Amino acid sequence: MSLDLVCPAGSLVSLKAAVDNGADAVYMGFRDNTNARAFPGLNFDEAQAAEGLRYAHDRGRRVLLALNTYPEPESWSRWTGAVDAAARLGMDAVILADAGLMRYAVKHHPKLRLHLSVQGSATSYEAVNFYREHFGIQRAVLPRVLSLPQVENVVKHTDAEIELFGFGGLCVMVEGRCLLSSYCTGESPNSAGVCSPAKAVQWKDTPTGLESRLNGVLLDRYGKDEKAGYPTLCKGRFDVAGETYYAIEEPTSLNTLDLLPEMQKIGIAAIKIEGRQRSPAYVAQVTKVWRAAIDAVRKNADTFQPTPAWQAELNKLSEGQSHTLGAYHRPWK
Amino acid sequence: MNLSLGPLLYYWSRDDVLAFYGEAANWPVARVHLGESVCSRRHLLRLPDWLALAEQLAAAGKEVVLSTQTLIESESDLKTLRKIVSDGRFRVEANEWGAVRLLSEAGVPFVAGPTLNVYNPETLAVLADLGATRWLPPVEMSHATLAALLQRAPAGIETEVFAYGRLPLAYSARCFTARHYNLPKDDCQFRCLDHPDGLALSTREGAPFLTLNGIQTQSAGVYNLIGEIPALRELGIASLRLSPQSRHMGRAVEAFRAALAGEDGAADRLARVMPGPPVDGYWHGRAGLEYGGGQPC
Repeated sequence: MSLDLVCPAGSLVSLKAAVDNGADAVYMGFRDNTNARAFPGLNFDEAQAAEGLRYAHDRGRRVLLALNTYPEPESWSRWTGAVDAAARLGMDAVILADAGLMRYAVKHHPKLRLHLSVQGSATSYEAVNFYREHFGIQRAVLPRVLSLPQVENVVKHTDAEIELFGFGGLCVMVEGRCLLSSYCTGESPNSAGVCSPAKAVQWKDTPTGLESRLNGVLLDRYGKDEKAGYPTLCKGRFDVAGETYYAIEEPTSLNTLDLLPEMQKIGIAAIKIEGRQRSPAYVAQVTKVWRAAIDAVRKNADTFQPTPAWQAELNKLSEGQSHTLGAYHRPWK
Repeated sequence: MNLSLGPLLYYWSRDDVLAFYGEAANWPVARVHLGESVCSRRHLLRLPDWLALAEQLAAAGKEVVLSTQTLIESESDLKTLRKIVSDGRFRVEANEWGAVRLLSEAGVPFVAGPTLNVYNPETLAVLADLGATRWLPPVEMSHATLAALLQRAPAGIETEVFAYGRLPLAYSARCFTARHYNLPKDDCQFRCLDHPDGLALSTREGAPFLTLNGIQTQSAGVYNLIGEIPALRELGIASLRLSPQSRHMGRAVEAFRAALAGEDGAADRLARVMPGPPVDGYWHGRAGLEYGGGQPC
């Protein structure tokens, strides 16, 4: 099987929306910092997870549990408890980043299927094969930093399945190797499961425009006709040598619909849609478009063309209303 | 507790690099990390040049460690990595898990670099079992977390702490220096050479915030744990890593030597040669850009 569609489930309603609209698998997290979307009001307790599993399994779909933050010594047992719960609940796989936690999972739950999270920062087949040899990972999610030929080279040199991000928020940094949010706020995806946490965001109307701040640091200032986006640190405007611009990345998101035939050709096992923090309506719409697109590629990759309607629908949902092929397309770098 | 010179994170001319390490041979550091760990396009010194430098520094009595590239993207990156591992003359610092695989397969002891994301003793034990003899916590790790980790750390592995310099915070496929000059990364014209301490990024109200260094993003503030030496000693830290800067590095090293020796005024002497405002928030479990228990730098 190739090009499995893996969709985000930030809640039970989103999970059902993803399943109903054609996701092959959904991924979820528990309601704490054991996953990289530890946002207030998001995610699942055990009872909800069990209900989600039942809903998906009854319809022949799979559920993956993201446990992809790095446990710290004081709270190690929270992560091992989550791995135990995943096994107990019958999760189809857990998505891990931490080598110590992988060792625990292999030792205590040898039948539990392991995926290497994007937070594990594996960008070469040597790194992917390390996790495969030592912990038997079945799949690796690659950071959004490789060009498609580089991805192909990884696929060729490993037995592990390779999953790529296809759509949604774009991390311009190697996932798992970005401390910008913790530098600014004290909390990062690695340690706290959040990037640019909402509680550190401040908005203020000033005579020079609407200001967004993160823990007091000015990320951007918007003119009257400018649309203000969520203040993700790397998508702010800053001054470098007297110029003010998006010094790291524009507020844009990833959309790789155009690359689907090539992804199929090189043997990508699964496409991940980002966005557990987005609404159920968003999940439904994105899943629907990607289901149709993947079905079309499977039918005939040679004649595949994303329809204008799909692209229009996805553009409407994109952050900043624009999208990019990101690093898959080398000139972006 | 001794001093380590971290790998050079910037791109300098060949002459400047050779002059820098020529001086470093006489500094009171026990250990020098060599090699290109940031960007594979930086080629003024190639691996044979680094190895020649390594021989010279070893002859001067320094322990030499070769530090590997943090972001591996291409087959040619892997080729360089394999050469470093197979050379065998010097210890190697693994900065990603592909290097860990190659080093453990080769059966040689190695250093687990700060980007391996060791946040707990269980992961440290995985590395120790594979042959790691020294490790560095992530630069964001606090004193309290490190103390808790070390209580259950495997025996026989030394800890080195990043104690001085701009903090390496993030790595990307994109080159932000090339982006600043509107150049594609593949034709960056090596503009990093014009910025021996990186390119300063500030907020729109002029507050220093970050430093662009090619594909790496650093803090604008300079991490400085010179005042924490008693606490570091109490934790049993073996070594303090000092990260190279283009000017006054010898004086920075000297200040740390004096502080280790308990001499007065070392912190003040260091403050005079720092290339930016001090930060130490991470050590105290707060936002990295904070300093002295309070405000952003």
